[in-house]
Amino acid sequence: MEKLRRAMMFVPGNNPGMLQNAGIYKADTVIFDVEDSVLVSEKDAARQLVHNAIKYITYPCEVAVRINHITTPYGRDDLAAILPAKPDLIRLPKAETAEEIREIDNIISEAEVRNGFPQGSIKMMAAIETAKGLMKAYDIASASPRMVALAIGAEDFLADLKTTRSPHGNELFAARSQILLAARAAEIQAIDTVFSNVNDEEGFIAETTRIKELGFDGKSVINPRQIKLLYKIFTPTEKEIDLAERVLAAYEEAKAKNSGVIALNGKMIDVPVVTRAERVISYAIALGLRKGGQ
Amino acid sequence: MAIVGIGQAGTLESSDIMVTISPSEGAMGIVLELQSPVVKQYGRHIEELIVNLVREQGLTDVKIFANDRGALDCTIKARVLTAVARSKEHHA
Repeated sequence: MEKLRRAMMFVPGNNPGMLQNAGIYKADTVIFDVEDSVLVSEKDAARQLVHNAIKYITYPCEVAVRINHITTPYGRDDLAAILPAKPDLIRLPKAETAEEIREIDNIISEAEVRNGFPQGSIKMMAAIETAKGLMKAYDIASASPRMVALAIGAEDFLADLKTTRSPHGNELFAARSQILLAARAAEIQAIDTVFSNVNDEEGFIAETTRIKELGFDGKSVINPRQIKLLYKIFTPTEKEIDLAERVLAAYEEAKAKNSGVIALNGKMIDVPVVTRAERVISYAIALGLRKGGQ
Repeated sequence: MAIVGIGQAGTLESSDIMVTISPSEGAMGIVLELQSPVVKQYGRHIEELIVNLVREQGLTDVKIFANDRGALDCTIKARVLTAVARSKEHHA
């Protein structure tokens, strides 16, 4: 089953207190940020801090680093400083072309060889934050086998679109749909944007419910408080888990018997139904509602 | 190696350490002044960590002022290395 990335929590890269506690909030992924949350004059300090945090602190979750864009004066230095610490994932902001992804892929490959890391062990994801990037979403998503997810960065995207964020989110509907389609076509995950008003729980729940319905795998979050709320929405009900288990059991049974057609309670079970059931079970395991290895 | 510039990194926030490295007056070796709320328990460990790091960076005659706010070793290391790099930048 694929790695769950329901909550990807941003952590400012130049804040030691936040970096050392980042692992306690049960986010699926922590994203140490050396981009927007770090002043230009502190980029060097943030790189060192993030490098050493990854190297010496054991995090119970996936560790990603959001680097500065590769065309800025900081992107290459970010990679040079951070890759030797072996983050699990590099997140590129403001992705606009497949070439950028391939360029970073090459830099990561060289670093893996230099540091003796297994080839392909450092993954990548990219955030689409401009109309130009959105037009190339599929190319970006499929530019490298390292790519595991495509995200949307709403604030920059809406500024580019010359509009603002609304409670109903209509202004993001087209972009979210396109990103989801591109990610699915490239067989990678789709991650929604941050919800920046941490005091508006109702708004966060409404938005998260919407993006889950659309098919998103998870959401970037900026505050630990949002994680619990998000997981509640991404939690399958006991009824759903029970049904998924029965579907998988029927599927396994049919496979063992070399039976082509499977039915459960008179309903035909085909591959999409099995895939959906696997997804429900992977959420149930991640949430401790079922034991792993089933 | 001695330096002519001053390098500073870190903040006075909790879990951080502010490290200031400046040129020493003459060949005085590495002179460290450490302030820390945990100086009794970990003072010697922090001092050794800082001095060894500075030495590894090729510096022999510098003054270091470290104001610790309960930083982990990895934070101390990051701040010292940044301060050293910044002092060398100023030198260049």
